[in-house]
Amino acid sequence: MAENTLTAWERMELIRHKGRPTVRDYIPMIFDEFYEMHGDRAFGDDAAIVGGIARVHGISVTVIGQVKGHDLEENKKTNFSCPHPEGYRKALRLAKQAEKFHRPIICFIDTPGAFCGVAAEERGQGEAIARNLYEFSRLKTPVISIVLGEGGSGGALALGVCDILAMMENAVYSVISPRGFASLLWKDASREKEAAEQMHMRAEDLLAYGVCDTIIPESAGGAHTNPQLTAGYIADFILDALKNLTQKSVANLLEARYNKFRKIGVFEESCQNAQEENALDGSLMDNVPQMEDLHQTDAFVSTEDTGLSDKVL
Amino acid sequence: MLEDIWKVVRSRLDYDSKDEEKEKREEDSRAKIPKNLLFKCPRCGNVIFMEEFSAGLKVCPNCSYHARISCRERLDLTVDRGSFSEYDADLTTVNPLDFPGYEDKVADAQAKTGLQEAVITGECTIRTRKCVIIIMDSRFMMASMGSVVGEKITRAFEKATEKRLPVVAFTASGGARMQEGIISLMQMAKTSAAVAKHSDAGLLYITVLTDPTTGGVTASFASLGDIIIAEPKVLIGFAGRRVIEGTIRQRLPDDFQSAEFLLEHGFVDMIVSRVNMRKTISKLLKAHLPDQKLDV
Repeated sequence: MAENTLTAWERMELIRHKGRPTVRDYIPMIFDEFYEMHGDRAFGDDAAIVGGIARVHGISVTVIGQVKGHDLEENKKTNFSCPHPEGYRKALRLAKQAEKFHRPIICFIDTPGAFCGVAAEERGQGEAIARNLYEFSRLKTPVISIVLGEGGSGGALALGVCDILAMMENAVYSVISPRGFASLLWKDASREKEAAEQMHMRAEDLLAYGVCDTIIPESAGGAHTNPQLTAGYIADFILDALKNLTQKSVANLLEARYNKFRKIGVFEESCQNAQEENALDGSLMDNVPQMEDLHQTDAFVSTEDTGLSDKVL
Repeated sequence: MLEDIWKVVRSRLDYDSKDEEKEKREEDSRAKIPKNLLFKCPRCGNVIFMEEFSAGLKVCPNCSYHARISCRERLDLTVDRGSFSEYDADLTTVNPLDFPGYEDKVADAQAKTGLQEAVITGECTIRTRKCVIIIMDSRFMMASMGSVVGEKITRAFEKATEKRLPVVAFTASGGARMQEGIISLMQMAKTSAAVAKHSDAGLLYITVLTDPTTGGVTASFASLGDIIIAEPKVLIGFAGRRVIEGTIRQRLPDDFQSAEFLLEHGFVDMIVSRVNMRKTISKLLKAHLPDQKLDV
């Protein structure tokens, strides 16, 4: 893959191209069969999230994705890919179903964020996202997530607690939109371009922070120039990831998934507590200071070695 | 009511007339008095004297809004005296994205609050019942969740799991710590996974939602308690009110995203006043003690 020299803001513009393939475009290109399932069994069916059972390389998998539209008409239907709580609960229902039948789960993330509205609050948007983070962290089946375009905040993370997180080379993933960031921190939404660079939201940045495990290439100039070719790259990644994850025991899978997120965080502490940290999975250490006034930085930014990066990149 | 106010006014006048103390007060308090003399309720607009307000545990006597209190005040109101031993007090924040001015903001908040970060965690007893306690302090950068907050909460759950203790968490937060970018977002996943491990060990987790609990904290560990309690009238929500008003282009009703609103919609188990909180928590802890036997 040639080095991608686009800035974060240029990538934001590129992923908003109306011809950029969505999860609905990719599903028939990547999977042999797909049976869509609807509804959360409690409130309704959210068109911002598509889910169902698919076949790939002779095995069944569960596919869950956030649906962008190509035009206004499609976007109205899918609420510009901003899910409501029932969308996240549909995702969770399908994920639990996948767990029951030991099917790997493949999530496609592509959202500006969870919907912010009256109905979303009334139906517990916060609870719905929290529940997904909690349940996905302990699903006894492999989970792979791929950020296709926009990975916006908690609304993206609700499909992002996984064993391997991949990002398309032009995808971005951030805590808030650059616009929101600029308006919150600088009280000036018009500084969104500057915010995009400040936020370190590109795939390379997230790889460095240990959030993203691997980057999937796109066709030259962006996925919209050759969706079929790009779909092939995604399919290659999925096959590699499935080969890797389906070999692991459930116990190993869950331990690695927990540690993947457990490690993320940058802070300082004195050595005394650093030792406690190291002893977490062993016996309980007494709270005895052993070395004083020594400080170290715990920069937990190493990338989990999934054994995939080389093959895919 | 009038009599109370007069009593407060008179005591202040008396106090000021004492010559020795007057000079001292003139120096350090004159500037402070006008700001701290009165409390105006943000919910109902009622104005009362700060002393009366503090004596009433910082609850508005008119509408029973439970105002924000510091984590030290919360600790004093909740745990048995002298029972608290703090965890991870020396975790300090760094600037992972080199965001301009972040260190200064943190230093300001530290100077203002006397805290290292926006949460304190530790072990305590509540009416003799042992638990791990987590208290967030909204005065510290709106108790937004960055690496240190996420790490301290995760460790608190891990210690509770190890020691087989229940967790009581008083939440308050504006959401993710923007200055830490994606790393702050990941704290939501990290804390929620730690809650899941604690829960899988069969242990009790009680959440107390206090003013305000919003954003990424609502969308992670705050919404995951076995029992979710809220203080009266407090703000609880996912998205900010102004964001929603911007989306729908109309004003929202006053009780939108209040504790009562969440109770009505099924996201809170009970609303408990501050004066009854300690008792309620201790009874719920007792109701979950292991080895219960029928006394017949």
